[in-house]
Amino acid sequence: MESVGNIIMYFIIALAIIVFSVLTVTSRKILRSAVYLLFTLFATAGIYFQLDYEFLGTVQIAVYAGGIVVLIVFAILLTHKPGERAERLTSHKRFMGLTAALAGILVCGYALVNFASNAASELSKNFSCDIRGIGNALLSTDKFGYLLPFEAVSILLLACIIGGVVIARKR
Amino acid sequence: MKFDLTILMYIIPSVIMFCCGVYGFITRKNMIAILISLELMLNAVDINFVVFNRYLFPGQMEGMMFSLFAIAIAAGETALAIAIVINVYRVVKNVDIRELTKMKF
Amino acid sequence: MNLNYTIAVLILPFLTFVFLGLVGVKMKKKAAGIVGVCSMGVTAFIAFAAAFTYFFGTDQGQVIDGVRQQLQVFDYTWMQFTKNLVIKIGVLLDPISAMMLIVITTVSFMVHLYSLGYMDGEKGFQRYYAFLSLFTLAMLGLVVASNIFQMYIFWELVGISSYLLIGFYYTTPAAVAAAKKAFIVTRFADLGFLIGILILSYYTQTFDFITLTSNPGAVISSAGGATFLGCSAMAWAMTLIFIGGAGKSAMFPLHIWLPDAMEGPTPVSALIHAATMVVAGVYLVARLFPIYCLEQGTMTIITVIGAFTAFYAAAVACTQSDIKRVLAFSTISQIAFMMTSLGVASQMLDNGVGYMASMFHLFTHAMFKSLLFLCAGAIIHSVHSNEMTAMGGLRKYMPICNWAFLFGCLAISGIPPFSGFFSKDEILVAAYAKSPLWGIWLAVVAGMTAFYMFRLYYKIFWWNNPDYGDHKPHEAPWTMTLPLIILGLLALCAGMIPFGKYVNLARTVEYESGINWMVAGSSVLIALIGIGLATKLYLKENPKPDRMAEKTPGLWTAAYRRFYMDEFYQYITHHVIFAHVSTPIAWFDRHIIDGTMNMLARVTHSTSYSIRRFQSGNIQSYVWIYLIGALALATIVMLCVI
Repeated sequence: MESVGNIIMYFIIALAIIVFSVLTVTSRKILRSAVYLLFTLFATAGIYFQLDYEFLGTVQIAVYAGGIVVLIVFAILLTHKPGERAERLTSHKRFMGLTAALAGILVCGYALVNFASNAASELSKNFSCDIRGIGNALLSTDKFGYLLPFEAVSILLLACIIGGVVIARKR
Repeated sequence: MKFDLTILMYIIPSVIMFCCGVYGFITRKNMIAILISLELMLNAVDINFVVFNRYLFPGQMEGMMFSLFAIAIAAGETALAIAIVINVYRVVKNVDIRELTKMKF
Repeated sequence: MNLNYTIAVLILPFLTFVFLGLVGVKMKKKAAGIVGVCSMGVTAFIAFAAAFTYFFGTDQGQVIDGVRQQLQVFDYTWMQFTKNLVIKIGVLLDPISAMMLIVITTVSFMVHLYSLGYMDGEKGFQRYYAFLSLFTLAMLGLVVASNIFQMYIFWELVGISSYLLIGFYYTTPAAVAAAKKAFIVTRFADLGFLIGILILSYYTQTFDFITLTSNPGAVISSAGGATFLGCSAMAWAMTLIFIGGAGKSAMFPLHIWLPDAMEGPTPVSALIHAATMVVAGVYLVARLFPIYCLEQGTMTIITVIGAFTAFYAAAVACTQSDIKRVLAFSTISQIAFMMTSLGVASQMLDNGVGYMASMFHLFTHAMFKSLLFLCAGAIIHSVHSNEMTAMGGLRKYMPICNWAFLFGCLAISGIPPFSGFFSKDEILVAAYAKSPLWGIWLAVVAGMTAFYMFRLYYKIFWWNNPDYGDHKPHEAPWTMTLPLIILGLLALCAGMIPFGKYVNLARTVEYESGINWMVAGSSVLIALIGIGLATKLYLKENPKPDRMAEKTPGLWTAAYRRFYMDEFYQYITHHVIFAHVSTPIAWFDRHIIDGTMNMLARVTHSTSYSIRRFQSGNIQSYVWIYLIGALALATIVMLCVI
């Protein structure tokens, strides 16, 4: 049995995720889309916090909300006139998108209801995910150590920086 | 009233988020909007990783690590994608994907 | 003495051809011409040296038991496919090839020299000399060929250089048409040659001339009992090979290309279409003569075709007005003499006199016919016309040419002591020995020869004295008259050579031959009658010839139109072959073969057109399809699990 505060919090987050996700993809103003995306990402971070992943939630806010969304907003500001609206969707496009999305929800929902309705319902109490453990895991070479992917990602990010500079620079 | 926050309660918003991403990806014409939709999908997947990790394997942290790396990679991917978008914008003065047919045939 | 150096007669013209062909354009015209003449002079010198060494050398192995040996002085395996199928390039020296070396290089050298003057200032002068060198190379390669396949290769090379030289003035449509005609007609005949070679070598397992001719009986029996349409395979092979030779030597009915080939420059006509290339067919038959001897059916065909062609060409020559055409038909007639002579020859009859006579006539004919052609060239050069009507009384303007032409005419008519007398006499002897029919036939043709040659001579040099106006005909430059003088002297005295001692069927050193005074006297008498008739009709301008033509309009027109052979071919090709064979084939090709391909293309096109939307490049639709597919798959899996 969860605490009532947890449940209320959960509903707020779930509602925010659903509403802002829908708004993100339906808004005709691109800047608003970006802002709704930001809210969605915040809500996601909320889920992480609720599941006791404080570090992940922090990273989510810092990298996603603070980095990616800012990048996207800059790109929007560079490439769009203020107040520009996307043209209305054709019915064909909307139909395609709706069928794909609804079919996805239906199939996934069906699968979840059928196969996962009585899956684990309790959050395990013996759970600890402290910063120290994460840090050790990231830089360890033991079993369950993540040094190699860590370094790989660092190289990948470097490549992204160089690539971004090369691609976007003025010729 | 007995109300449990089961695993399902977290998966369902994530599924909806993912499908919104799909809808956006398929319908939008704006490259940046498509990118945003992509971020939504990625994010939904991240949620799934974390939720499954938390509920099913609380003693380990593979799912969380996966999300962590996914976030890092998403950051790099977005940076690159935006660089491309801006470059395209310089060439065609537009970010509409329908205009990007020059290299198609 | 080592005769290996004979290969130089092939290498030198080849190098000249390559040199003039590649850098000739960069050179001055005169320089290119002089390079060609010098190279040809050296080649001629080497060829003469080789021939004289062969005939007069006293080395061991050259003459054994009084018989000249066939010397394989150069032998190189070019391509070896299997143990038997070997293509070699070699140089074979025997009496006829040595004799041909002399003939070809002499005439070729004269023509090279003459062309310096004749072609002076022509566009493409360097190209002309390059082609002449190519032709000389090909012709020499043909005569010294040590195997029949090498001969075929050079045979085709001769054909192509003839094509190139006939079409030398490629801006003139008539020259282009003539070149194509010559090429196609000879090509058609060469098909027979090739099939003949293949049949022959299929059964005998060899291409080699020495192997083939040293034991002809084995060659004939090698085919076993194989027959085709009632004739033995070997008879077919030899007849087909003869057809190849008939095409090159312009035998009836494959002669139609030769008169048209006169569109080429006149020295080319002298070299290729009078002296050397056209006798290649005769040479081919002579080369394989021991085998032909045993195929009496083929020999009869050769005789009949030769005799008929001789008469036909002589009849046409009597009416032509283009001086080169007259000479062309005269050439056909004379080659037919040689062919007939080979046809009637055999070792049993007078020690193979027909064979010797044929080669002798080839030798003398090359000299006096190239002389006549070169004279015609000089005349055309100064009058600027080929037509007899534009000439007349030229003896005052061109004395050297007059004498040279007269020598040539006397030689071809067979008046002693000119060279033609001796060789033609031998041919008549051979023909009488075979059958009086052929003897009388050829004697009549010889009389016609004398008539039309003197008709030509009088029409050019006597007849009337037209007013040439300001543009008086003049004697040609020395480069042109010198060859005339040399060839005139050769025409006068070439017959004195005891030819039989050098070239005869058995290749013996000793050979008995004498002038048969019965035959000689009658042939001289007939020739004199022909000349007398021509003198009466054509010495002074008079209306008699025209009246004669009017009295026999059908005959005269028919002869003038060459008995409608060209029209006949035209009809056959256009109304029979094109209309009833080529058109259906073309239809089949266009509609069935092309149609199949077009249908494949069209089906591919329409299919890809209709499915092109599958690959629109639109990622959004790709994602949609992918997603729907994935969901469908997931649904199926779930339905199966439940």
